[in-house]
Amino acid sequence: MKKILFALFMMCGLMVKAQTAGYQVGDKVADFKLKNVDSKMVSMADFKQAKGFIVIFTCNTCPVSKAYEDRIIALNSKYAPKGYPVLAINPNDPKASPGDSFELMQERAKSKKFGFPYLLDPDHLITKTFGANRTPHVFIVQKTNQGNFVQYIGAIDNDTENTDPDKILYTENALQDLLTGKTPALSFTKAVGCTIKWKKAE
Amino acid sequence: MRYSLFLAFFLFVLPQLVQAQNVKLLRLNQLEQRLDQGKDTVFVINFWATWCAPCIKELPYFEKLQADHTSQPLKVLLVSLDFRSKLETALKPFVQKHKLKNEVFLLDEKNQQEYIDRISKEWSGALPATLVVNKKRNIRKMYEQEFTYAELLKVYQTLK
Repeated sequence: MKKILFALFMMCGLMVKAQTAGYQVGDKVADFKLKNVDSKMVSMADFKQAKGFIVIFTCNTCPVSKAYEDRIIALNSKYAPKGYPVLAINPNDPKASPGDSFELMQERAKSKKFGFPYLLDPDHLITKTFGANRTPHVFIVQKTNQGNFVQYIGAIDNDTENTDPDKILYTENALQDLLTGKTPALSFTKAVGCTIKWKKAE
Repeated sequence: MRYSLFLAFFLFVLPQLVQAQNVKLLRLNQLEQRLDQGKDTVFVINFWATWCAPCIKELPYFEKLQADHTSQPLKVLLVSLDFRSKLETALKPFVQKHKLKNEVFLLDEKNQQEYIDRISKEWSGALPATLVVNKKRNIRKMYEQEFTYAELLKVYQTLK
């Protein structure tokens, strides 16, 4: 009996661990419903024609996110017509990071003419489900008949400063692979970014 | 009079300026060598950048941690992940302005895919991040978070 209890306890422990760790490449993605800067709710299911999504956790304030902002806009312009629109999610708590409030997200989306949803994730629920731990943090999701699956996790490219003509375009390379029916040759990368500004316990 | 002012400048002002500007480039191999040599030392290595607001907020705690433990085998190292091109324009002026007493380095590695894992497999790359190394106790632990002084002190006291 004790052994069974212990085994159950261990399993619970593992499950909790798996949850906090978030998605790995190959995992099935649960749909979400988040408020966009136009105050409408957005889900992956709304995009009937899409082949998948470039989910990017990003924000107004992180200098790395800012450095990548134009590249995120360009990713959407290039890959939304091919079936992979960008879904940007702001993972930061507005109290912990006042520059990332809903109003300032609206302003930013308007002034930069975002052609993609810029979503609010109150209480970090989707951020934690995905396991995003920095901004910017990319998750490429592929739609299949069996559901949506993570195909790539990581950085946009290897050149935040955008000065290296020989930079490696990780996200684009993964998308090209997916669009030509392949699994991404490189499906996981790391990069320097900003920590998520978590809600502080009150 | 003019001569003595001149002399005073060279004797007192200039050395301080020069000292404050002393930011060294750091390869990971050099860091590992340093950690290997200081077997009795507890290293607290803070990875930060001048563009990272929470990093700047916690820098004084790392200064205080070192200042409060001068008689103990503790070494705080501040390793900046600023762009190499910002060494003269951002990092050195910052170090000078804030009169940082700890050793400040600029990480001189290009390949993030390689160096993030080499620093710690536990690290996603988010800043701020702090690595604590205590070779004597075989400890190498990465904290991908922002610290209060109380939290930082506790980590040091637990791992020293």
